[in-house]
Amino acid sequence: MIDFNTLYNFLSGPMVWVTFIIFIGGSIYRIWDLISLVNKNEKFIYSYMSWKYSLRSIMHWITPFATTNWRKHPVMTVVTFVFHMGLVIMPLFISAHVILFNAAWNISWWVLPEGLADVITLIVIVCCIIFFLRRLVLREVKYLTTASDYVILAIAAAPFVTGFFAYHKFIDYHFWLILHILSGEIMLMAIPFTRLTHMLFAVLTRSFIGSEFGGVRHAKDW
Amino acid sequence: MAEASEKIEKKIIDEGLETGSKRLTEERIEKVINEVLSGETGARLKSYTDTCVHCGLCAEACHVYLSFNRDPKFSPAGKVKRTIGEMIKRKGRVSPEFIKEASEIASTECNVCKRCAMYCPFGIDTAYMMQTVRRICHKLGVTPLYIQDTAHSHAVTQNQMWVKEDEWIDTLQWQEEDAREEMSNLRIPLDKEGADFMYSVIAPEPKFQPNLIYQAAIIFNTAGCDWTMPSFPGWDNSDMAMFTGDLEIMARNKRFHFEAAQKLKVKRIVMGECGHAFRSVYDVGNRWLSWSMPPIPMIHAIEFYYDLLKAGKIKIKEKYKKSVTIHDPCNVVRGRGLHEMLRYVIHELCENVIEMHPNREHNYCCNAGGGVINCGPPFKKKRVESNRIKADQISDTGAEILITPCHNCHSGMEDIISYFNVDMHIKFISDIMYEVMEKQE
Amino acid sequence: MTNSANWDWGINDKLVADTNEWKDSYNWVEEFYTSPDGEKIAAVVNMDEAEFNVCVNGSAWEIDTPFEKAWALKFSQDNRLTAIISADMAWTVAVDGQLWENTFDYVWDKRFSDDGKTIAVAVQSDGKYGMSVNDVPWEDMYSFITCMALSPDGKMTSAVVQTVDLAQAEVFKFQEGCYTVAPNGKAWSRNFVNAWNMAFSPDGTKVAAEVRHNLYDYTIAVNGEPWDQIFGCVWCPIFHHKKGTVIAPVRTAGAWTMVEDGTVIWDRKFTQIWHQMVSPDGSKLAAVVAPSYGNWTIAVDGKPWDTTFGEMVSDAVFSPDSNRIAAVATENEKYTVVVDGNAWDQTFDMAWKPVFSPDSQYVASKVEKDGKYFIAVNGKLWGKAFDNAWEPAFSPDGSRLLCRTIEDGKYYRRVVPVSDIVS
Repeated sequence: MIDFNTLYNFLSGPMVWVTFIIFIGGSIYRIWDLISLVNKNEKFIYSYMSWKYSLRSIMHWITPFATTNWRKHPVMTVVTFVFHMGLVIMPLFISAHVILFNAAWNISWWVLPEGLADVITLIVIVCCIIFFLRRLVLREVKYLTTASDYVILAIAAAPFVTGFFAYHKFIDYHFWLILHILSGEIMLMAIPFTRLTHMLFAVLTRSFIGSEFGGVRHAKDW
Repeated sequence: MAEASEKIEKKIIDEGLETGSKRLTEERIEKVINEVLSGETGARLKSYTDTCVHCGLCAEACHVYLSFNRDPKFSPAGKVKRTIGEMIKRKGRVSPEFIKEASEIASTECNVCKRCAMYCPFGIDTAYMMQTVRRICHKLGVTPLYIQDTAHSHAVTQNQMWVKEDEWIDTLQWQEEDAREEMSNLRIPLDKEGADFMYSVIAPEPKFQPNLIYQAAIIFNTAGCDWTMPSFPGWDNSDMAMFTGDLEIMARNKRFHFEAAQKLKVKRIVMGECGHAFRSVYDVGNRWLSWSMPPIPMIHAIEFYYDLLKAGKIKIKEKYKKSVTIHDPCNVVRGRGLHEMLRYVIHELCENVIEMHPNREHNYCCNAGGGVINCGPPFKKKRVESNRIKADQISDTGAEILITPCHNCHSGMEDIISYFNVDMHIKFISDIMYEVMEKQE
Repeated sequence: MTNSANWDWGINDKLVADTNEWKDSYNWVEEFYTSPDGEKIAAVVNMDEAEFNVCVNGSAWEIDTPFEKAWALKFSQDNRLTAIISADMAWTVAVDGQLWENTFDYVWDKRFSDDGKTIAVAVQSDGKYGMSVNDVPWEDMYSFITCMALSPDGKMTSAVVQTVDLAQAEVFKFQEGCYTVAPNGKAWSRNFVNAWNMAFSPDGTKVAAEVRHNLYDYTIAVNGEPWDQIFGCVWCPIFHHKKGTVIAPVRTAGAWTMVEDGTVIWDRKFTQIWHQMVSPDGSKLAAVVAPSYGNWTIAVDGKPWDTTFGEMVSDAVFSPDSNRIAAVATENEKYTVVVDGNAWDQTFDMAWKPVFSPDSQYVASKVEKDGKYFIAVNGKLWGKAFDNAWEPAFSPDGSRLLCRTIEDGKYYRRVVPVSDIVS
């Protein structure tokens, strides 16, 4: 039986390096792979690309209710935006993470008040539950859903659920802490290699369709 | 409604799909799918399949989904799942029966109208994926019969309707002669080198609707245009080969079209009121040939009429009285942003214009375009029933006349108004312009 | 192959006809055409409802009854004026006012041999199609004809014909092959799914065409025998006029290269290749190419010029000494002439096919700017602007240029020293 300290030291030490190498290396590989595919069969894509229309498209779609489809689905829009914001804000600004950075490299920055962080965590978990229910209930989503979609949802939800339990020292703090670190690392490592890769590709696919609609089709894409 | 749709599907027998799929072996299917996937697709397909999170937000973009009682298998992502998604997942190891179904889905349940690209948060282009399915099915020889016949016509005659070369010229001369009854010195100048523009049309015009060429001739002669039409192949800008996935024939036809204009030394090509042809010459066929944009500017009729009216070259005697509504064709609106020009033209010609909703880029598809109507009689009932939403949308306007500057939209909506008993007539812009303009004696 | 030696090079300007006067004589006057030697100007003219004639230098053809229709007016290289006309509800060809004896239900696609002595047309009677050459129709007629061709020496005609009847939507029968090539009207014994554009061997013994075996496999067939090699696509073949080999652009694995008798001869691939041509001395092979997507230029023996153009390169021509190439290039909707990779300084609204002087030193072209036409030599515009003009021609010694121009309705035949334009 490995003791807690050994496991903790491994997961928060070497494993963090491994995680970031896989996450960053994998991400670079995926984008490089995509660009080489463009060069192989789709060089015409370069003739479309436009900063202006890429940004026009991205700005519309990262603004809540700025597109027709966001307006058509208000609940989904709120849930999506809150969830994704929580997903980015929480790991960067939660005090426990900043303390770790401070301990390792003596750097720190503004942190979320603990109460607020707790609320955001709960909101993200609620969002995940809504995503889960959507997959179960909405016909058009259920039809498309595969097992991997639940796995991905679980991967995304796990750091929040485990973090929440760890913060509240639910039964066994150490257990949840280990699971929390592990699930965070799994999520980062999964990004380049699962459908979570939309984090990397969304900007590219949006830029392409935005450029095509703006520069070639002279039409809106929202 | 979903049940009804399933009933219809089961009844449809298409000889092209039946005979084509019977000749397949699983080895050939696997080979062809993988050849197309690795040799002809790339970053788009890869990023689309890896990015789609199955959120279902594309569903409401699709008129087929909406019309078939929100049956999820008709949503854009649903159609991807039933076709290319499965081919990729199974690395091409799918059955002939699967290919037959995939061909029917891609050719008759999707108009490649790209409305869903505007509804996907990632901008995933489902139309492109359906076109890739059609390409695979073409390479496997499993394409609906009637559109395949049309692709053959393109291959032999460089036009869509098996119009023979003498029939084409004869039709122009006949229309010229007829129009002289109305305008005694009218001309349809053939092969006039150095004219300002070449006028190109789709083959159904000489074949079935020569009155459209007549009207165009009256408009151009009244406006004092310096124009010409080629007496040789290249006059037809239409393209069903693009929609069957026979990209080599598509390219050959586009080469004929642009080289006809180049040979005639015209500065631009004006084309009639057609949508899919515009897509082919402006965005698809030209690119296959390595022309990143049309080598000679392509002006759609909407833009041309807009210029004529703006410049006062066509004057309106009295505006059209009946109430009209505007159907925005996907290929020139979502495909070229001509919706405001279209409105300017219609408002110049008509007194009472009622907008349908949604409109402009968000307009619902006619369900005829993208080669769907060209798949012919076997699929007609399904095609019409899978656009009930369109019938609702147009009848809500209460307009007497529907104007749409696209042949496929025309034919598709003729079927819709007749099937759903919508009290409405459909016209081209040129029908109205011809009626209300001041003409020379 | 214009024989310009016996043209009148000794005069300066000659007013050939004042076309303003024609307009008073007729209801309307259609497009003007001029003879290669510049001595004649002609147009189809209308006298009354469905009454047409042809007016040459102010005089109408002497015909008994007016034509019901007349079109496709054109001078042959030997300065004869030809038209396709309809008289008594039948169509035929008129040459200098004389009608061919044979008439048809329809006539179109008029072609000339290089010397202008042979005239060929496509014809249809009773739904049967073929060609007629100098008023001699093919013996065999077909239910369909397309891609008509006439050899440069005028000795052979050819077309793609349909040899098997096909009802509507018989797609699988179509895919068994219903079309072939018919040199001089005699169909090859072998059918193809499709056949297109053909070329004639210089010795007059062979015809090569693009063919498709099924919906996917393209190759070149020579005298009915397809090459063994299969390609994803092919474009129109040519014969090497010295070696007699067949050369065509072909597409493999998504890119284009050049093959000779089925063997790849260029060591690189292009995004596009077409309009290949062999130099007069037979030493070089050039073509219009796109070295990369959306960029066009000329490649000589597989090596593209450094300069590329965004829209189009067309009308390429080798110099008589085989060392130079001129072409028309388009970028941003402006046209110019490009010679050996160097574009002229000026751009135009349109530029016509350039012509080389016999010594290959000068390149002349008809160009259009702001609605006026100009003659340009080596990039320099001759100061005069015209309402209309035709492509210039060099004198056999290369010192003078024949310019056919219209100003204020007056048609002039002008012979200009080249030095007047370039200095």
